[in-house]
Amino acid sequence: MSVGLVVVSHSAQLAAGVVELAAQMAPDVSLIPAGGMDDGGLGTSLEKVMTALGLADTGNGAVVLTDLGSAVMTAESALEFLGDPENVRLADAPLVEGAVAAAVAAQAGACLDVVCKAAETALNPGRGAADGAPVAGGGAEGGGKVAAVLTLINPMGLHARPAASLAGKLGAMDVDIEVNGVDGQSVMMLMTLGAAQGTELAVSATGPDAQQAVDLVRAEVEAGFGEL
Amino acid sequence: MTDNAALDAAWAIDWLRRSAAVVAENRVHLIELDRAIGDGDHGENLDRGFSAILEKLDAELPATPGAAFKLAAMTLMSKVGGAAGPLYGTAYLRAATAVGDAATLDSATLATALAAARDGVVARGKAAVGDKTMIDAWTPAVDAAASAAADGAGPVAVLAAAATAAEAGAVSTDPLVAHKGRASYLGERAIGHRDPGAVSSAMILRAAAQAAEASS
Repeated sequence: MSVGLVVVSHSAQLAAGVVELAAQMAPDVSLIPAGGMDDGGLGTSLEKVMTALGLADTGNGAVVLTDLGSAVMTAESALEFLGDPENVRLADAPLVEGAVAAAVAAQAGACLDVVCKAAETALNPGRGAADGAPVAGGGAEGGGKVAAVLTLINPMGLHARPAASLAGKLGAMDVDIEVNGVDGQSVMMLMTLGAAQGTELAVSATGPDAQQAVDLVRAEVEAGFGEL
Repeated sequence: MTDNAALDAAWAIDWLRRSAAVVAENRVHLIELDRAIGDGDHGENLDRGFSAILEKLDAELPATPGAAFKLAAMTLMSKVGGAAGPLYGTAYLRAATAVGDAATLDSATLATALAAARDGVVARGKAAVGDKTMIDAWTPAVDAAASAAADGAGPVAVLAAAATAAEAGAVSTDPLVAHKGRASYLGERAIGHRDPGAVSSAMILRAAAQAAEASS
């Protein structure tokens, strides 16, 4: 069973639409809309959110995505009402992109924190891209940068499923890792690479799990993500 | 009961009923205030929330003040729809937590519950005094209740002090520029308008004082 998602919106139609879109890439994930008021009007309802949380969490937790202002407050209130459960995360993420990224990560079997992170990094390339300079000097510094250049051999390249799987596994490690300049722990950023068969991936990692992370990427790439 | 008697579940229920009445009575007034600087739904949303509380009270009466507050919290969060739902809902939820299962509330407990309610609103809405929000009513009310309780005032006087301070606090929002909510988009155009959340907060706190007076 995967992590589930709750989509909280002022509009029932908007919540249902986001779920529809995300479900296309995550057919096995519990995606539960909590949109609008009980009477169908615009607004957010604590009861709807709490009911949705119950449905979304099938044992591995749930991530909540929200639209504007009071949707965030209603979601926070629901968590407070439930005693701030360990198995629920409120993602600070754009609704549509966040829901799709989180759904893809959940579909790949990522854990709760990684699914939440997938949502929160959906729009933003994140820390990696801008601070390339200190890393570029690298190799010599004590923290130790681990780098590798790998060639994609599977016919479909780094498409959604392997991107989600890779980001999910890397997300569980204590590492800063870039793949061709984007955050390797972000499903959405890996997918934006559009890396096809034959593409070279420049991987560089720092942090306690750097070696393990690069070894993992190497093993996955060399195995063609199990698609050969 | 005397002026110094602690307040029980009957008071909490009467407070909620009086709040519903004053909100219904001022529905159009709150809508007009909100239309000037917000999206115009404050009166309608609050009225819907408190009407739903009345329905729940007709079905079953809570046994303690804390249970009454929890009923109010759950209902407002579910039925109001706009920002007032989670804000007032959190206020009642934190108040419920602060009073626990106590059968009656004395002055000190009331002051503590009001402070917990205000802290909940701040935690949820991230507003400070001067942002032209309900906090401009709540914080003076909490301070007045605390100092009245410290001076040995009974529950009736503590709540009256809170209500009076909240009313002054609501008036104090007139010259302010808003820093939270939709009114913050208006910049200086918000000046001269009273914040509807501060006004409804003062009304609800006045209802608490009136319910206390009626029970004494």
